[in-house]
Amino acid sequence: MRAQFVLSEIGVGLRRNLTMTFAVIVSVALSLALLGGALLAREQVNSMKGFWYDKVQVSIYLCNENDAESDPNCARGAVTAQQKRQIKADLDKLDIVETVYHESAEQAYKHYREQFKDSPLADSLTPDQMQESYRVKLKDPTKFEVISTAFSGREGVQEVQDQRNLLENLFRMLEGMNFAALGLMGLMLVVALLLIVNTVRVAAFSRRRETGIMRLVGASSFYIQMPFIAEAAFAGLLGAIGATVLLVVGRYFLIDAGLSLAEQMPLIDFIGWDALLKVLPLVFVVGVLMPALAAFITLRKYLKV
Amino acid sequence: MIRFDNVSKFYPKQNRPALRDVSLEVERGEFVFLVGSSGSGKSTFLRLILREERASQGQVHVLGKDLARLSNWKVPHMRRQIGTVFQDFRLLPNKTVGENVAFALEVIGRSRGDIRKSVPQVLDLVGLAGKEDRMPGELSGGEQQRVAIARAFVNKPKLLIADEPTGNLDPQTSVGIMKLLDRINRTGATVVMATHDQQIVDQMRKRVIELEKGRLVRDQSRGVYGYQH
Repeated sequence: MRAQFVLSEIGVGLRRNLTMTFAVIVSVALSLALLGGALLAREQVNSMKGFWYDKVQVSIYLCNENDAESDPNCARGAVTAQQKRQIKADLDKLDIVETVYHESAEQAYKHYREQFKDSPLADSLTPDQMQESYRVKLKDPTKFEVISTAFSGREGVQEVQDQRNLLENLFRMLEGMNFAALGLMGLMLVVALLLIVNTVRVAAFSRRRETGIMRLVGASSFYIQMPFIAEAAFAGLLGAIGATVLLVVGRYFLIDAGLSLAEQMPLIDFIGWDALLKVLPLVFVVGVLMPALAAFITLRKYLKV
Repeated sequence: MIRFDNVSKFYPKQNRPALRDVSLEVERGEFVFLVGSSGSGKSTFLRLILREERASQGQVHVLGKDLARLSNWKVPHMRRQIGTVFQDFRLLPNKTVGENVAFALEVIGRSRGDIRKSVPQVLDLVGLAGKEDRMPGELSGGEQQRVAIARAFVNKPKLLIADEPTGNLDPQTSVGIMKLLDRINRTGATVVMATHDQQIVDQMRKRVIELEKGRLVRDQSRGVYGYQH
């Protein structure tokens, strides 16, 4: 009976202030969607990191005939067989190295042709211009420095390159966007909280007659405040549902349809629906608790016992 | 039932205290008129009993409890044993007579069966049997005040506080309300009533407490209104 009484009070309260309730729902939905989106983006970046770091290697480019003129590192001419053996032996001695394989100039040329087969560039190079290299796969891709200090500057080595560096820039950009989304979420959250505070204040004022009588007849302050808190929590719940819809639709259009990134970037391992499912509990907990808490704090000021 | 020991109440930004060193005791089952001109401290006196305010100095005991030591969350339980009636009735205009009375029980968590039993009983007591489904706006002032009294008394409080309950009513209607309050008093409830109504005080010949500028200037059993205003 009490539950029914409270539920009907919530319905009446929310309808009485429909425009404000709507504003609260929309702002909560937006801030929660941003929160969920930022979390998902972070998850995506992490999974991409794992995926790409597994594939990237450290490349030790060796000097060829042509480099002898153009690159000061190779001033002594092309790498010799002796130097190559030494480099290989030294690499095999290192614990952090998982595998080493040798890419000859011909292989490099073939890869290059494949990569640029639709481009006029493909014909502009000859095999003897390509560089021989050792491709080193590390057990821990962050230990690049060890290889770099050991081999750069050595005779016959033109350059030691960490492919991770190329990705780092991309990831840094993605992380930057992630922070921007979180910052925007923070702002939206403030807007949502202010709206809730104001809505509760108006609701408390418009119901001061009822709450005044409740106080007089000895209703507990919990009982007096509960309808307001439940209203805010309910609006927050609707906002969380809205955020869920936004996230589902957003993921669907970004990855599966619309922009269909999954089709266009087959190399990237996109996050699945399970990742989305994992952020939803947080979205709902924040969506319900935050407005309830805001309402509670507001009421301490505007509904004296 | 009520005991004031050297109670003073100062409001911030006011030089003169609203109550100054008031000591008195009201026994169980008494009917007490509280008289005095506007600003004499009557409202403050009633607010202290209801613990809407705390005394600045001295002690207030109500229903055997020291209100200064009563923690906030226990206040609602204390108020359930006190009924309150006001000059302006304070009914909910969008609820029927029955719903207005039931509201007081709903919000303290009474069961539906309990409410269904109590509401008609108390409406019968105040002489509004059969008017459960009327809206407050359809009733006369006297009838509205009866609804308010029914709401105040439906939980069978031991103490009834009435702040000028006849202030908005004509003399004849007021007499009816006073008869009702007298009947409630005879069931054992203590009644404290603030009033400006000379005729009523003089007719009832009950205990009269007079406040003037925050001081207790008269406490007389079977008293009269006693001053011109």
